[in-house]
Amino acid sequence: MDWDWNFVWEIMPTLIQGVKITILATILGSILAAIVGLGIALARRSENRLVSRSVGWFAEFIRGTPLLVQLYFIFYVLPDIGILLPPLVAGVIGLGLHYGTYTAEVYRAGIDNVPRGQWEAAKACNLNGRHTWTHIILPQAIPPMIPALANYFIAMFKETPLLSAITVLELMNQAKSVANTYYRYIEPMTLVGAFFLVISLCSVVLLRWLEHRYGRIER
Amino acid sequence: MTQWSGYLGLILQGALVTIELTLMGSVLALVMAFLAGMGRVSRFFIVRALATIYIEFFRGTSIFVQLFWAYFVLPFAGLSLTPLQAGVLALGLNVGAYAAEVVRGAVLSVGREQYEACTALNLGRWQGMRHVILPQALLVMLPTFGNNAIELLKATSVVSLISLADLTFQAQVVRSQTGSTLMPFLSVLIIYFALALVISRGVRSLERRMARGLDGVRV
Repeated sequence: MDWDWNFVWEIMPTLIQGVKITILATILGSILAAIVGLGIALARRSENRLVSRSVGWFAEFIRGTPLLVQLYFIFYVLPDIGILLPPLVAGVIGLGLHYGTYTAEVYRAGIDNVPRGQWEAAKACNLNGRHTWTHIILPQAIPPMIPALANYFIAMFKETPLLSAITVLELMNQAKSVANTYYRYIEPMTLVGAFFLVISLCSVVLLRWLEHRYGRIER
Repeated sequence: MTQWSGYLGLILQGALVTIELTLMGSVLALVMAFLAGMGRVSRFFIVRALATIYIEFFRGTSIFVQLFWAYFVLPFAGLSLTPLQAGVLALGLNVGAYAAEVVRGAVLSVGREQYEACTALNLGRWQGMRHVILPQALLVMLPTFGNNAIELLKATSVVSLISLADLTFQAQVVRSQTGSTLMPFLSVLIIYFALALVISRGVRSLERRMARGLDGVRV
C-alpha cells in the first residue's frame, strides 16, 4: 500500500467535477424534499380520511424501503410506462421523495407545536383556511424546525453516492471510473471519504449555527 | 408468461441474505454502540476522545464510501474481506456510530437522583451502571434502536453494489434476465417493507416486555 501524491493531483479535477454534481443533487433534492414533506404533512392533516390515510401509508412505505431500490424503480420502471428521465432528474426525484417522508415528520412536529391559541385567534380574526396557514401557522412553525430539516439534508448529502448506481456521474462514480481505469483504488476511494468527511464536518458547524440562530424561538 | 416461481425463489434467496446481513450487522452495531456510547461518558479523556473520533468519522462519511473502502482499499493493505464480511463490517460500524449517540443520550437521561442513590447504596461505578442505570436507560434506547435497525435493513441494499447477492442484487438479476422491471422491483420493495414492519413490531413488543416492573420508576 503506497500513497502516490502525483496521482492524487492528476485525478483531482475529475473528482471536483463529481463534487459539483453531488452538491447540485443535494441542493435540488433538499428543495424537493422540503416541498414534498410539507405536502405530505398537510395531506396527513386533511379532513378527508381517504386522503390522509392513503398518504400516510404511502409515506410509511417509502420510509420503510431502501432508497437504492426506489432509485432503481424510478430509473427502470418508469421508462416502461413512457416516462423517460435523465439519470440526474431520476436521482433528485428519488432523493426528494425519500427524504420528503422524513421531513414530513419534522413539519408535523413543528405544526403541532404551534399553540392552540394561535388557531383560535386566526378563527377569531375571521381568516380563511389558506390565510391561517400562510400568515399564522407556517411562519411560526417553520423557523424552529430549520435545524432538524438541515439535519436531514446533511443525511441526504451522505446518501448521494447511491446515485452512482443509476449512472449519475457524481463523486463516487467519478472515483470508481478513475479507479477502474488506473486500477488504483487507494487514492480515489480515500479522497471520496475525505471529501465527504470535510463537507459533513463543515455542515455540522453550519448546523450548530442554525440551531443557535433558530433553535429556541420561544414566545 | 415467464416462470415467475423460479424467479420468486431467486428473490427469496436474496431475502435470506438480506436478513442474515441485517442480523449480523445489528449485533456488531449493538456491540459498537455500547462500547462507544459508554466511552463517550467515560471518566478518562483518552477513551472519550477515541469514542468521539470513531462516532464522528463513521457518521461523517457515507455508508457507501465506507463499504467501498472496506472492500476495495483494505485488500491493498493486506486485509482481504469477502463481500459478506465487508458488508457486515461497514454496516455494523456505521449504524453502531449512530446508535452510540443513542446509548449516550439514554444513559445521560437517567435522573441524577438515581446516580446519587447508587452512591448512597455504596455501589461501585460498574455495579451501579449494571444494576441501576442501564436497566432504565435500555428502555429509553429501545425505540430508537428499532429505528436504527430499520435504517440498517435499508442500508443493506447497498451491498448489492459490491456483488453480494442480496434482495436488491437479485432484483437486478431478474430484471436483466426477464426484461421485466415492475415485478422484481415492486416485490423487493414489498419484502423490504414487510421486514421493516417485523422489526418495528418486534421492538414494540420487546419494549412492552421490558417496561414490566418499571412502572413506578419512570414517570
